[in-house]
Amino acid sequence: MASFWEYANPLKFMRTSDWLLPIVAVAAVVVTTTGLIWGFFFTPDDFRQGSTVKIVFLHVPAAMMAINIWVMMLVASLVWLIRRHHVSALAAKAAAPIGLVMTLIGLITGAVWGQPMWGTWWAWDPRLTSFLILFLFYLGYIALWAAIDDPDTGADLTAVLCLVGSVFAVLSRYAAIFWNQGLHQGASLSVAPGTRMDWAYKAPLYTCMVGFGLVFVALLLAGTRTEIRARRMKALVARERMA
Amino acid sequence: MMPDLGRYALEVSLAYVVSLGMIGALALFYWVRGRAVKRQLAEIETRRGENG
Repeated sequence: MASFWEYANPLKFMRTSDWLLPIVAVAAVVVTTTGLIWGFFFTPDDFRQGSTVKIVFLHVPAAMMAINIWVMMLVASLVWLIRRHHVSALAAKAAAPIGLVMTLIGLITGAVWGQPMWGTWWAWDPRLTSFLILFLFYLGYIALWAAIDDPDTGADLTAVLCLVGSVFAVLSRYAAIFWNQGLHQGASLSVAPGTRMDWAYKAPLYTCMVGFGLVFVALLLAGTRTEIRARRMKALVARERMA
Repeated sequence: MMPDLGRYALEVSLAYVVSLGMIGALALFYWVRGRAVKRQLAEIETRRGENG
């Protein structure tokens, strides 16, 4: 069994991801499609929310991934800051656009769902606001990478930004509990007894959550491979210029 | 086959179309950029090989 740290070697990462990526990509398409078809076509309307309950199969997995991706970026950034493994910094960079899109999906589906249920597209509710700030942090993170030419300096500064933004990732997750106010409900899914959601919804929702997770892993592998190649290309061009 | 979405058909359809469109566009962006970078790197490595 290879040590986890062996994958910090770009060559080892490229070799492993070469065979792993197609498998994860196919699994992502199959599981996500299954979950969404199941949720959209084969779940009953909610007695109170009507057919809008079907938005849950997009909204919850996207919001979950938006927060989890930032946590993954935080771990990768810490690995970069402590151990200076380039692959971890490049993985964090590759993860950011996926997190941005997941956050945007969470915000848009939330607004579209909120309008008929709450009577408003948007409210300055703790969870909604902290989620909007998380979206802005994603934008800032991507912009910072794009603005800095030196990859090591870029990795250092974005890692620090990631540490700061983690506060809002945590707030996005627990805002409804911390403040106990606003329009947004608490957790729909809980391991605590007295569950709030029927299995008719829970089963396709879990499937979609696994599917979105697999979509993230597939795109992350593809994105990290591209970033590794882009970094090598930059180094080769710099060497050519110096020669 | 299409389920009856009732009075919220627009909202539910909009949520699905926008979300799936964004995920599709993201995947396409990663795929296109990945291919472009791979091709550019191959060109540079070939050039360096030719020049010794």
